[in-house]
Parts: sequence; structure tokens; C-alpha cells
Amino acid sequence: MSESILSLDNIVKTYDKNVAVDGVSFEVPKGSIFGLLGPNGAGKTSLIRIITTITRADTGVVYLDGEKLNNRHPEQIGYMPEERGLYRKMKVGDHLLYLARLKGLSKEQAKAQIGHWFEKFEIEDWWNKKVEELSKGMQQKIQFIATVVHQPKLLILDEPFSGLDPVNTNLIKDEIHGLHNQGVSIIFSTHRMEQVEEVCENIVLINKGRNVLEGRVKDIKNQFKRNRFRIEYEGELPAGLEERADIVGQSDHAITIQVEEESRSNELLQYLLQHGVFIHAFNEILPTLNEIFIQQVRG
Amino acid sequence: MDKLWLIIKREYLTRVRRRSFIIATLLTPLAFAVFFVVVGLIFQYESDDTRRIAIIDEGNVLKKSIKDEKNLYFKFVDVELDVLRDNFHDFDYDGILVIPRVKDLMARNYTVYYYSNKQPTLDIESLIRERVREGVKDYKIAALELDPAQLEALDTKVALEPEPIDEGGQDASKLTGAIAAGIGGLMGIVMYIVVFIYGMMVMRSVMEEKTNRIVEVMISSVRPFQLMLGKIIGVGAVGLTQVAIWAILIPTIVLITSLVFGFDSNTQMDMAQSSAAAEINPEDAEAMLALAIEEFNSLNWWSILPLFIFFFLGGFFLYSSLFAAVGSAMGDDLGEGQSLTIPITIPVVIAFYIMIVAIQAPNSSLAVWSSIFPLFSPIVMPARLAFSPPVWEVVLSVVVLAASSVFFVWLSGRIYRVGILMYGKKVTLKELGKWMFYRD
Repeated sequence: MSESILSLDNIVKTYDKNVAVDGVSFEVPKGSIFGLLGPNGAGKTSLIRIITTITRADTGVVYLDGEKLNNRHPEQIGYMPEERGLYRKMKVGDHLLYLARLKGLSKEQAKAQIGHWFEKFEIEDWWNKKVEELSKGMQQKIQFIATVVHQPKLLILDEPFSGLDPVNTNLIKDEIHGLHNQGVSIIFSTHRMEQVEEVCENIVLINKGRNVLEGRVKDIKNQFKRNRFRIEYEGELPAGLEERADIVGQSDHAITIQVEEESRSNELLQYLLQHGVFIHAFNEILPTLNEIFIQQVRG
Repeated sequence: MDKLWLIIKREYLTRVRRRSFIIATLLTPLAFAVFFVVVGLIFQYESDDTRRIAIIDEGNVLKKSIKDEKNLYFKFVDVELDVLRDNFHDFDYDGILVIPRVKDLMARNYTVYYYSNKQPTLDIESLIRERVREGVKDYKIAALELDPAQLEALDTKVALEPEPIDEGGQDASKLTGAIAAGIGGLMGIVMYIVVFIYGMMVMRSVMEEKTNRIVEVMISSVRPFQLMLGKIIGVGAVGLTQVAIWAILIPTIVLITSLVFGFDSNTQMDMAQSSAAAEINPEDAEAMLALAIEEFNSLNWWSILPLFIFFFLGGFFLYSSLFAAVGSAMGDDLGEGQSLTIPITIPVVIAFYIMIVAIQAPNSSLAVWSSIFPLFSPIVMPARLAFSPPVWEVVLSVVVLAASSVFFVWLSGRIYRVGILMYGKKVTLKELGKWMFYRD
């Protein structure tokens, strides 16, 4: 248990007659970047709201760092919702101070932390600016600071890059990695698969309120691989190739094939070499998470 | 508790520091002052219209004596009417008053004639009538050889002095009713305005947080109930601040302007009289004013003021929590949710009308029961306080209101916590009811 920062055990949540979450269980390893995936309406937000203690599960238990979820835990969690905003009329510094103090920081601690982040983002002169004077991209920086200012153990980011320009996306990505290196556990909720592949080590896939898939990204990809290989070559392909493997795609000096078993790939490579084909590259093609996602959700 | 305090502080300070708050708080008393000055000037202007009136007293009825009035001058002349009329423009008179002989001492009707290019204004007409009536009365007394003192004695003034049945009961003077009605009405109106202004303020602020999408960040740190309660207390404190500032500034500014512009007591009396449409002569009015001040001071302010603050807070908590619940259910569109506020505004308006009736009949069963019913009591009970209602009624009203405020705040909290996370859905009252029973 202690190796998981977060552990969900058979969580059920219904609204009126709609079952939003229907018996979901998963574990988030300590210090990992964890992807909480699922199409829109799968129950991701409902789950996050349970984890952040905004709502309570009807049945099932949540453990944070081995402890049953309780009222002190919000101070250890940083949550950046997908739909996020700030008080427009407040000064940036006062606003961050307010949110930090609501997370249990003393005034001095809060000021020190805010100062630290202001320095990091090179926005020291923003303290007295009003939120409404900031551009959207600037507000997003403030929102990120507000999420991490109290040094949470667990960071929950719901579609963190939606609406961010490329510069801010990179900035936030770097900070996420930085926090990860400091040992912060991060839950990353999204339906954008390319981002997940880039940053997540572990994922859980939720659909219609149930978990469909769970594990390490690498393992999942292996589990779903179809023994496809891409070969870049020079010369003439032997005619007998089609008997040994299915040709899935073909273009100029490149071919994608699928074999029945993984071990056949070596034989195939040998066969090609023996027939005088000059090989530039020979890669296994793993399915993208996107493909797996679509397959699982449709299936 | 710390977090609640932080929320209260933010809600209070951001509002109090806002420029619009400072302007509204300072400008409202100024607006009162301007209103007071303008009305005062209007009344002064009317009495500026100077008139000179020539009197032809054919039978020497008035014995050459008539009192001048401010801006109204009389002069007895020994000229024939025809001469005066022909040369009217050469004389500096505005009108000619002809007083004919009194032919029949026993006649109750008597007519005098006023010649002028201009219609006499109402106040001049009534003044002339009054002066002539007095003159004719004296003339008749003399002619009939009556004793003026005896006649005076016939005119008996009757006063009714309310007294309690019990020895130790609270004594009331004849003015108690009127004073209490004035104070009660004022308190009732203040409550009515307070509930609307600050209740709406809470509602708008809840909507703003929801449409701003800050609310989800907030409730990942604090419980929705804390957020709602902090907001209500913070806005309530803003309300108290504003009302307290007004309570000090408005009388001060009105007093200062009346000193600066030098409105004398007559002008004020004019204003008071025309607004009350009462026919009281100045000597009586002065005595009454003194009595009124005495009466005002004799009211038990040590119990009225704390009770007023209690009802202010109770009513505010009760209604603003309902406004918060409705605000949480509204989307980005204020107009769309307007129908949801109707069930809240109706009891406020009804309570206001009951209050108006209650200050006329403060012990009617309507007044008594609606000052105990918690949706009406915050407006009706303060209006009755100056009438010294029975202690049990006040206690019952206080207890019921306190309990109901707590209950309504709790109930609204149940709706609020669901509403603030509900987007893009047109909400009906029925749904609000369902939300109360949602689990956390």
C-alpha cells in the first residue's frame, strides 16, 4: 500500500439515476506520472472530484499515501481543473496568497513560495497587477502556480494543456517534469493521447464509468502489439516474401509487414539479407495509445 | 475555522475596497442632502412671491388692524373701489380686498371680494380667509356684547392619554403611536432594502464564481458550505458597514446642509405639513415636536437597537442563503435564472405590505402571526418593536427566526454544493428540491 500515493478501491458514484463511476479501482505508484484517460463523459471528472474531496463516493474507499481520505488531505493535493478561472478583480499576489493560505500555508510560507515561483517564471513585477489585466496565457501561469504553491504530494492536472499556447505548454511541461524529479506524484487526466505517451509512465483507461485498462504504458503497448515491422531498404524485394509475412503497407523503398509470431522477425530479416536486399532500418511498430484507446473504447 | 475567516475577510475586503462601494456609500447621503436642499429651495421659492394688498374696509370691521404675514403686506386705504380699480396700474398693489359691512350679526356666511389680475394662490386665499374670520369674530363679539373669556372657555380641547391597566405597566403618551409608526416604518423599509440589495449581492457573487470557474479550485481547498457561509457573512458585514455609515452620515449631512442653507423651522414645518397634509397650527406643532423628541428618547433603545440588528442579521442570513442557492443553480445567463428568484422575492414583497398594515394596527392577529413567521418576521417585527409588543412574542419571533436561519443556511448549502458544479443545464425548481437529497 505504501508504494502507492493513491489507491482507489471499488469506487461507485451515482447522480440521481446516472451511474458516473461504476466500481473503479486502480493504484497510482508513488512518484509517477500517471495518466487518467477516457473519452468525454467517461467519469474522469467524477473520479477526480472524489479524490480531491469535493464530493464523496457512494461506496468504495480512497487511500492517499496509505491513509483513508479525510479533511486534511486537500492540503496535500494540488488540483488544476479543466475549467479554471480566477477572481478577475483581485491582485495577482493577493490572489495567490489567498489560495495558498486556504491550503493551510502561513502568510510567511505562502509569500516565500509565491516569491520563489514568481522568480522562476520571471514575473516578479506582477504582484500588484489585477488578474483582469493579464492575458490568457499569463493567467494560465498564475493558475499553475496556484496549483503547486503549497507543495502538494499529489498533483492532479485535468487537461492541463487545453488552451495553452506552445510556449506555455513547454514551460508547464518542464515544470511538471521538474516536480516529478522532486518526487511529486502527478495524475494527468486527458483524452489527448499523444501527450500521454510523451509524459506518462502508467495509465488507467476509464470508459462508461469502469476501468478498461490499467498498467505501465510500455506493458500495455506490448500487450497490444501485432508484430508489425517497418523495413526501409534498397534493392529488389524477393518474390517469396508474401508467403512468409502479410504486407500491410508499402511505399517507395519502405514496407510494413505483419508476422504471426515475434520470433519470425529474425528469420524474415535473415531471409531478406540472403536475397541481397540492403536494409537501412528494421523497426517494430508498436500501436500508439491512441489506437489502443480507440480500439478499447469502441470494442 | 481559519479558512472560514480567510473567506470572510476576502469577501469583505474586496467589496469594501472597491471604488464603486466607496462611491455608493458616500454618494447616497449626499444624494439625500441634495434632495433635502432642492426640496427646501422649492418651498422657500414659493413663499418668496411678495404680495401687497389694499384693503377697503367699508364697515370698519377689522378696525384698521390686520397682521402682516411674511411676503404678504396689507394696507388699509380710504379710496373708493372704482377709483382704485381705474388707476390700479398706478398703484403698487397686487390686489384689492373689499370687506363689506356685516349686515346680519347672526349670519354664519360672509363674503369678501378680492380684485386682482392674478388668481390668489391657495395659501394666500386661506390666509386672508383666516385673518378676516378672526376679525369678524372679534367684531361680532364686540357688537353682541359677549364676554370673550367665556367664549374662549367654550372651545374645549380634548386630549386622550393612554394609560396602562397595571400599575407598573409601560406608560404611553398620545404621540407614542405616531412615533412608533414612523420608526417602525423606517426600520421595515431599511430591512426590505437590505434584504434585496445584499441578498442580490450574494447571488451575483455566487454566479460570478461559478461562471468564472474559480469555484472548482476553491472547493478543492474548502468545503462548499464554508465558501457559501463565508460569502454570506462577508457580504453581511459589508451591509452592516454601509448601513452604519449611512446611519451616521445621512443625519449629519442633512443637519449640516440645513444649517448652511439656513432653512428656518417654518420651512421645515411647511415641508412636514405638506407631506403629512396635516392642519396643525405652529404653536401646537412646536409643542408636539418637543413631545415627539421626548417620546423618541423615552423609547427603549437598549432593546430596540440590538433586536433590530438581530433581525437584520437573521433576515439577511435567511434570505441571502436562499439567494446563494438560486445563484448556484443559475448559468451564465442572468435572465434565464430570473424565474428562480421569484419564489424568494414574493415573500419579501408580501412582508413589506404586511409591515405597512402592521404599523397601523400593530397588535392585529395578522401583524402578530407574521412577525413570528420567519419569512416575514425580519421585516414585520422590526416595524413593531417601537410599539413595545409583548415579550413572549418577541422571544418567540427571535427563537423561530434564529432556528429558521440556521435551517435555511443548511438547506441552501445542500443545494449550493450541487449547483456550483452543474453547468450547461437549465434548472427547474423541482431539480433544486432534488439536489437537497443528493449525497455528498
